Amino acid sequence: MTGRFFIGLNLRNTIGKLVVYALLGAGSIVILMPFAWMISTSLKDLSHIFRFPPEFIPDPVIWDNYPNALTKLPFDLYLANTLIIVAATLIGELGVSAVVAFAFARLRWRGRDALFIVVLATMMLPRQVTLIPDFLIFRFFGMYDTYWPLVIPSWFGNPFYIFLIRQYFMTISRELDEAALLDGCSKFGVFWRITLPLSVPVLAAVAIFSFQYHWNDFFRPLIFLSDTDKATLALGLRYFQGTYGTEWNSLMAASLVVMLPLIVVFFFAQRIFIQGVVFTGYK
Amino acid sequence: MVSPWLVGFLIFTAFPMIASLVLSFTEWDILTPPEFVGLENYHKMFFVDKYAMHSMKITIVFSAVSIPLNIVFGLAIAMLLNTNIRGLSTFRTIYYLPAILSGVAVALMWRWIFSTDFGLINAALNVLGIQGPAWLADRTWVIPSFVVMRLWSVGGGMVIYLAGLQSIPTDLYEAAEIDGANWWKRIRHITLPMLSPTIFFQLIIGVIFSMQIFTEAFIMTNGGPANASLFFILYLYRKAFQDFQMGYASALAWLLFVVILAFTLILFRTAKYWVYYEGETEGN
Repeated sequence: MTGRFFIGLNLRNTIGKLVVYALLGAGSIVILMPFAWMISTSLKDLSHIFRFPPEFIPDPVIWDNYPNALTKLPFDLYLANTLIIVAATLIGELGVSAVVAFAFARLRWRGRDALFIVVLATMMLPRQVTLIPDFLIFRFFGMYDTYWPLVIPSWFGNPFYIFLIRQYFMTISRELDEAALLDGCSKFGVFWRITLPLSVPVLAAVAIFSFQYHWNDFFRPLIFLSDTDKATLALGLRYFQGTYGTEWNSLMAASLVVMLPLIVVFFFAQRIFIQGVVFTGYK
Repeated sequence: MVSPWLVGFLIFTAFPMIASLVLSFTEWDILTPPEFVGLENYHKMFFVDKYAMHSMKITIVFSAVSIPLNIVFGLAIAMLLNTNIRGLSTFRTIYYLPAILSGVAVALMWRWIFSTDFGLINAALNVLGIQGPAWLADRTWVIPSFVVMRLWSVGGGMVIYLAGLQSIPTDLYEAAEIDGANWWKRIRHITLPMLSPTIFFQLIIGVIFSMQIFTEAFIMTNGGPANASLFFILYLYRKAFQDFQMGYASALAWLLFVVILAFTLILFRTAKYWVYYEGETEGN
């Protein structure tokens, strides 16, 4: 109801309204076009790909591109590998970040505020500064070409998620905590039985962010994994590009399949996603 | 309870930071013991190795173009969405969608879109009677191509601005309208100041994010053509993990860190001139 004031267009005015719809519609086409193009390419016969101007509707439609692309390299194996890494990192990041966030939000201890500033500072730190020693440490412990370097750091919490969950915990009233403590509940009991159940939205958002991040992650697997049987989907796509670099129909089919789970999760959990992003965007 | 993070911080942040600083004064190929070389790596990076400064330069140029464009487009779309239109949530979903995707699949998609002879963009330009450039294969157009690609994900910032817009009290606009302020004045004197903390935050995040561009460059151009898209992290990756010059790569990492830190501090310094926090100023 209040919107018209923001851009000053009086939207009772039909022309103004049409202009807004036209701009938003054009923008939407620009956003969606790459997907349409990808789908179109993924269904084309190889000989139809290298034509100019390109045909948008594939003729003939080659559905077999999908099974072909996904079996040229062991994508089922890559999927399994990715799921293991994503699950292990997600559980660690979510659980540990929540516990640490609780300590920052609810417990009183010396140096808490100073340490919280350190958490904020590490959020800002570009990962590459620590990258080389990080690599060398894991290599020193014989963990090169294993999943440990990808998983272990998550089990120490993630500063960004700690921050996010802590901010959410701060909005929960302390009265319940105090009542529970009076009734003889332990601090951990408060965390487990009161704080966590009340924080489902932020925990869901963090779970989704973590899933999204590790699903897409390319840099760490690239550096730490060398055995192709241990590859993630992101690495698998890279191998695929290296081997079948000009078979754009297969490449687009495989890329779409890799994107699909994220798109599905996004559609089902859109509200959580967007609320989470908004929550991070301005404190 | 905070100890897991603290231990992690010490092992994976504090120690590696110090270690990489120490390493930056050495020459080390991993196989033979590191050798102390003093400031030689830094001397090399500034005065000898032309690629180090070149890659820093193009990374900064890319960021300087990409970040403001993303902010302006993000704000513009958010403002269009924040009118009382129907279908708000559908539009928001569409615009936000690219922001959840990243990495290799997206990079491959863009590589194909930018294809000189068979790509989507040149096909679209052809319809308009324009012969498009070679994009990723053209030294002039390769950085703009990356800017365009990043602009596609503008929805990530947009949802944040939209939430910010929705939280601005309506009576401010009503009062301004009664006072006869036109739409530009309302944006200039109400919307932008009220959103300035959000814009500021996005700017800081943008610097950190843009300066670290890697996967797209690695997949789409691998630094080419003629090193025109040799972004800094790509160069660092090569030095560290292909040439195994761990000492030199550590020095490069510290340079990047210092540059990002410097930009962040400069932005914080300017904040007092343009970022408006409610309750901070009286009157006005």
